[in-house]
Amino acid sequence: MKNRSLEASQKRMTILTYTALILGAVIMIFPFVWMILTSSKTIPESLAVPPTIFPEKIMFDNFSDAMKSLPFIKLYINTGLMIFFRVICAVAFSSMAGYAFAMLEFRGKKLFFGIVLVQMSLPSQIFIIPQYQMVAKMGLANTIFALVFPGIVSAFGVFFLRQTYMGIPKEIGEAAYLDGCNQWQTFYKVMFPLTGTSVAALTIFTAVFAYSDLMWPLVVNSDLNMMTLSSGLATLRGQFTTNFPVLMAGSLLAMLPMVILYLIFQRQFIEGIASTGGK
Amino acid sequence: MKNKLSPAARREENWGWIMVAPTVIGLIVLNLWPFVQTLYTSFCEHLGFGNYKFVGLANFASIFQRPEFWKATWNTIYFCILTVPIGLFLSLLVAMLLNAKIKFKGGFRTIFFLPMVCAPAAVTMVWRWIFNGEYGILNQALGTHVGWITDPNVVMISCAVVAIWSNIGYDAVLLLAGLQNIPKTLYEANSIDGAGKVRQFFTITLPMVSPTLFVVMIMRLMSAVKVYDLIYMMVEDTNPTVTSVQSLMYLFYRESFIAGSRGTGSAIVIWTVLLIGLITVIQFYGQKKWVNYDV
Repeated sequence: MKNRSLEASQKRMTILTYTALILGAVIMIFPFVWMILTSSKTIPESLAVPPTIFPEKIMFDNFSDAMKSLPFIKLYINTGLMIFFRVICAVAFSSMAGYAFAMLEFRGKKLFFGIVLVQMSLPSQIFIIPQYQMVAKMGLANTIFALVFPGIVSAFGVFFLRQTYMGIPKEIGEAAYLDGCNQWQTFYKVMFPLTGTSVAALTIFTAVFAYSDLMWPLVVNSDLNMMTLSSGLATLRGQFTTNFPVLMAGSLLAMLPMVILYLIFQRQFIEGIASTGGK
Repeated sequence: MKNKLSPAARREENWGWIMVAPTVIGLIVLNLWPFVQTLYTSFCEHLGFGNYKFVGLANFASIFQRPEFWKATWNTIYFCILTVPIGLFLSLLVAMLLNAKIKFKGGFRTIFFLPMVCAPAAVTMVWRWIFNGEYGILNQALGTHVGWITDPNVVMISCAVVAIWSNIGYDAVLLLAGLQNIPKTLYEANSIDGAGKVRQFFTITLPMVSPTLFVVMIMRLMSAVKVYDLIYMMVEDTNPTVTSVQSLMYLFYRESFIAGSRGTGSAIVIWTVLLIGLITVIQFYGQKKWVNYDV
């Protein structure tokens, strides 16, 4: 008797769990669905009361309108280049420094690492005005360099990869050293290849962060042709205040590359971003 | 001192310096020096073209007299109050649901995590459309006429909804990792005692997951204090509603880059850093009361 009631309550629990999860998933997915549906509607269709759920026909006029008012191809290239250079810099410099902080002894180590920690604990906005002035003084506003600039070094990357190197037994490095490798060779040929998972996580984190960033690209690149997808969308919002189908099409265009990458590499994305947790 | 180092140790030291050099130089140029400059600028008036005049505490005196500034400070705190507790509660709920024995776990996780890889600029756009007062689907579905973005009393709540929706999957993934570290045997021993699910939650799950919960909470608080992009995308700076919703960082942006008043802009950032410091101190004293590190 008791067993059966236990089974029944377990079954009820399972049904409840699924119901809650499906409800949650619907709420999570609905804005995306609504974005896709609206992007194929005409303006009168989108403003209909009561609302029409499905567009009358699939059309791409809104996408071409969005691409006419915003140079999307350039935005893709700019965003792509910004991400590319930021990732290269973050991975290269952070790996080197992370290795040195974890494995080597040198004077000033504590002080240098202190600078890393200070940077991590301050909000990035505290650096923005002087960083902008530097870029402006160099005459490099409205360039790809300007977009990359604050991401040339990544204090978080250094901290994160230092943790990774600290998890690798020192004996591996010592063995390589005894085999005749110098410190650089030990790092580059033996240790760095062991950090693949962390480097992938840092890459994904850096890419998603750079892609989402809004204030810096907005401040530093005011030329429409030098904007990123994020800052470009902000100007699109100003141009089409009430034309929601075009705004949805533009947002969809801006989201698509990252979402496709995410759907392909979902495990790496989720675990990578989760492992960098705390930033 | 230097002579006491063996040749090998000296080589190691040289390599250490070479390998941290790009990072250290970069951090000094890009962060440390700008930090000092911002600090200094907060005591200066910007005369244009990068020229500054030292004015002491005048910038702080001037922002402290502006109702807009205090409103922005309150808005920032209000945003934290609205998003952090509810966000944490819902994320923990989702994490617990995902921790149950269910099918399509990976699929659910992928869906909940999706907003994380979408630029806030893009997702906020669709939320503006959903929240639109006249034609938005939300008012039409509810049969209401709430000005979700235009009503000064409501707009912050709308922003909080978007923030919670955006972060729930990420926080849930972190909390799920914490939940999976709880040994199953604890629950087995407990269910023999005949404890109910609710009591199980408060006696086992919550204390065991509290260290993770604390980390997620700190992270969420810190990013909530610095909120800018989401509110900027929801309410543009030319909209009259902006003062009732702008956060400190939004005010900083308008002050520094639209009004061009970098002195007061810097003072606002310094104020925000002090606020972050205060929250950090409160948290680290508060955690002793509820975070369980014995387990």
